[in-house]
Amino acid sequence: MPDSGIGAAVKRREDFRFITGRGRYVDDINRPGQLYASFVRAPIAHANVRGIDTAEAEKAPGVVAVFTGEDLEADGVGSLPCGWVVTDKHGEPHKAPPHWPLVRGKVRYVGDHVAVVIAETLAQARDAAELVEVDYEDLDPVVDLAQAGEGAQLHDEAPGNLCYDWELGDKAAVDAAFEQAAHVTKLDLVNNRLIPNAMEPRAAIGEYDVGSDSYTIYSTSQNPHLLRLILCAFVLNLPEHKVRVVAPDVGGGFGSKIYAYAEETVCTWASKKLNGKPVKWTAERSESFLSDAHGRDHVTHAELAMDAEGKFLALKVDTKANLGAYLSSFATAVPTYLYATLLAGQYATPAVHCNVRGYFTSTAPVDAYRGAGRPEATYVIERIVEVAARDMKMDPAELRRKNFIQPDQFPYQTPVALVYDIGDYEPTLDKALEMIGYRDFAQRRAESEARGKLRGIGFSAYIEACGIAPSAVVGSLGAGVGLWESAQVRFNPTGSVSVFTGAHSHGQGHETTFAQLVSEKLGVPYEQIDIVHGDTGQIPMGMGTYGSRSLAVGGSAIVKACDKIVEKGKKIAAHLMEASVDDIEFDGGQFKVAGTDKAKGIGEIAFTAYVPHNYPEGVEPGLDETAFYDPLNFTYPAGVHIAEVEVDPDTGETKIVDWVAVDDFGKVLNPMIVEGQVHGGIAQGVGQALLESAVYDDSGQLVTGSYMDYTMPRADDFCEFRVGMTVSECTHNPLGVKGCGEAGAIAAPAALMNAITDALGAEIDMPATREKVWRHAQAKLKAAAE
Amino acid sequence: MYAFNYHRPNSLDAAAQALAANEDAKLLAGGQTMLPTMKQRLAMPSDLIDLSGIAELRGVCEDGDAVVVGAMTTHAEVAANEIVRSKIPALAKLADGIGDPQVRNRGTLGGSIANADPAADYPAAVVGLGATVKTNKREIAADDFFVGLFETALEPGELVVSVRFPVPEAAAYAKFDHPASRYAIVGVMVARTGGGVRVGITGAAPSAFRQTEMEQALAGNFAPDALDGISVSADGLNGDIHASAEYRAHLVGVMAKRAVIAARG
Repeated sequence: MPDSGIGAAVKRREDFRFITGRGRYVDDINRPGQLYASFVRAPIAHANVRGIDTAEAEKAPGVVAVFTGEDLEADGVGSLPCGWVVTDKHGEPHKAPPHWPLVRGKVRYVGDHVAVVIAETLAQARDAAELVEVDYEDLDPVVDLAQAGEGAQLHDEAPGNLCYDWELGDKAAVDAAFEQAAHVTKLDLVNNRLIPNAMEPRAAIGEYDVGSDSYTIYSTSQNPHLLRLILCAFVLNLPEHKVRVVAPDVGGGFGSKIYAYAEETVCTWASKKLNGKPVKWTAERSESFLSDAHGRDHVTHAELAMDAEGKFLALKVDTKANLGAYLSSFATAVPTYLYATLLAGQYATPAVHCNVRGYFTSTAPVDAYRGAGRPEATYVIERIVEVAARDMKMDPAELRRKNFIQPDQFPYQTPVALVYDIGDYEPTLDKALEMIGYRDFAQRRAESEARGKLRGIGFSAYIEACGIAPSAVVGSLGAGVGLWESAQVRFNPTGSVSVFTGAHSHGQGHETTFAQLVSEKLGVPYEQIDIVHGDTGQIPMGMGTYGSRSLAVGGSAIVKACDKIVEKGKKIAAHLMEASVDDIEFDGGQFKVAGTDKAKGIGEIAFTAYVPHNYPEGVEPGLDETAFYDPLNFTYPAGVHIAEVEVDPDTGETKIVDWVAVDDFGKVLNPMIVEGQVHGGIAQGVGQALLESAVYDDSGQLVTGSYMDYTMPRADDFCEFRVGMTVSECTHNPLGVKGCGEAGAIAAPAALMNAITDALGAEIDMPATREKVWRHAQAKLKAAAE
Repeated sequence: MYAFNYHRPNSLDAAAQALAANEDAKLLAGGQTMLPTMKQRLAMPSDLIDLSGIAELRGVCEDGDAVVVGAMTTHAEVAANEIVRSKIPALAKLADGIGDPQVRNRGTLGGSIANADPAADYPAAVVGLGATVKTNKREIAADDFFVGLFETALEPGELVVSVRFPVPEAAAYAKFDHPASRYAIVGVMVARTGGGVRVGITGAAPSAFRQTEMEQALAGNFAPDALDGISVSADGLNGDIHASAEYRAHLVGVMAKRAVIAARG
């Protein structure tokens, strides 16, 4: 095992500053003369705004300005765009009503942005925000997704609140297969709405510099260049070269910090309006609950057709997806291209069809949240397969095994557009069965029953499409951007290396893993490599971090840049050693003349490149290379999670007694970080299945608007997770890696719900609250007694 | 948070005077409810009277067959106190299960019972152990102290000085906690004393109450089986997205049994 290269469990170097309070987050940054913004938010879910009276607020102490949507409109500020146009099944583009940073005439969810007060202190801004008088004319809210089509209309552009009615797959083939089916399993599912709850709330500072006519935006962003692109090209019409976006330390995102929000837009615009005074906003936790983009929120009906032996013939899925009040940056893609395309799962189901209707409702916008569409897909497949096994009285592990795509079928064209490059599902299942001790489960169940407890076991054989994404593919599907990544590898004259990456670390540990990668590739000591990210003023144009893409795409770009360094280094080494370039080999930081003991270290080569006194003709000085990598395909991490639970029928408490995760992430760069990602993902998946749920009441008020009511998972909700690995290396990127950031959150909900419903002998929806579980456990005991 | 005047008196009299002098004044004990409420701008006291400077409000002592806990004693201090741990271990355990370490290091007994949150733990102990609340004006029996939702017998200008807990022969507290806040969905303190059995319940109803049917059954037979057949009515109990009234009623029975089992040791 190497100390610091690929495969080494190097401790995260960034943790020193994080755990000693030396991180530097947006809220830690304070600019000279800075002002504070406080947003006036809609207190009701759906209303016409008949008037906004700002007079009293403007007179309040310390207030510098109060702005409303009219001010932005007068200045030509545009709408926050959705970056992915989904074309519906009739060939029409999705309905994309405007999403003004400050509302114009109407509010559409509790927390919507009505006005902003900017004052010299935060307390003054908040005090004055309460003085803004808004005259609302109440309208009926649209809260229930299942009934969204019949409710009051939120946007003139979207009759029936329908954004799109979209489909994927061969419906005729599916219908024909159902005709032939010996058995059909049907299932209705709710995929509950979640609130991201990153540890660090969103924050922004907009700062316009009058002298240089340029802007600096400090933002809690997962993708600073993308934010710059959206603000410049679509919303504020700014020249891109005059805008620098800095996303310093960012305390978690889970997707919610991908998007361009109203707050950073308004702070940036206002700073220019106020002659260059920096304008700062930091979300209060209650604002995060109300206005961060939420996740999931599907209602689904699924049917699985099988032959008499349990071979899957076809799957059909009908989903209603809640998009919230407005389209967030990538909202439309999540329940379509990131969801329906995964519905083949690990199975050789010949025909799959999925219909998705995306609806506007008077709730916070919904967008990608850890897993983004793929947890929803896995939940549909792995729940219905488990229920099918129960219907067919078959072992759920064996039913899965019977239907797995076989190793000789790769590359495998699924019936829902994707081509899986590689995978090997049976060994993963076998390893998981072995680790959990599947053969002895009946014994453990009997032992639990003897203690008055109900025991259950549940499987989840998930697959995901990561390494997002081949630009041409996503472009053909409606994406407004390319999803390549960039890297710049810069030797300093003394031999240390600065690596500039377009990926953004907000918990992933890139400063460690990317340095490991470069150390391995260039033979430079790990300690002499620094990773720079999160500043458009320093790094090449990059696309940021989401969709488990950083290593598969960003890491591949680093490899390409390292290759260019070596290629140039060979020319310099050949000159110094008076050999032919073709005879130079590079290994472990040494350029060697093949077949001789002549060698030059890469540090000396770097020095020579910057002090080129003895230098090859025609070669540029310097050792600094930039590369862009556009992936050829998605990557397909897959695995099997098995959860075992014990339910207390007296109280409905579910105790997770064992959890096994066996994942195939391809090649693993830092196993400790990968294991940590798996743990974190499972924790969020368990949170969704057992505890978390964003609840709006009938009037559209967020009932779970604080940690008093929104239940986050905690350490004592879990058992120890036991993590195993199998490896089939990705075939199309230079590292053979697949990505691991979302797997746990994708796999876990189905595994846990399969275990709980196994224990209860009844279907329930997420979250499996204690009361829900109690009612079904009591019913089971009552039925058994009769 | 809105602006307010801050006072830190060093005597009970000075605190009472400050309270009387300002119509919208509020007492500040540990601040674990008060401060978050103020930060959310849901409370707007003109004056905050911080009780932390009054030495006589803090500490634990033995007084005959009772343990007296000062109003400003923190949950962490109660949980760690040797007198409480040896005389009424159920009370120490209850205090150790309130909130999280931050809350336990700031929150106080007096603040908790004066606030009378329906889901707070201490009211179950006050009622279940038959405590007496001493104020700057009088003594109030547990049964008379909790009047309703966030409502106590305390009159304007009256503040809690200490709580006197009689030492029971055996007692235990069983709590079914709220999944998000870790307050009590249902908490039951069962205590056996020379005079009988008391069952104090928090979380289930708008304010802490005694379950007399259970008390009578347990007085005859202090065993979990004695509670079989006693069904708790859901009428008037709390219900929300985390637990309906019916579920809470059921949990009262489950937690009471668990408390009896624990009290029997």
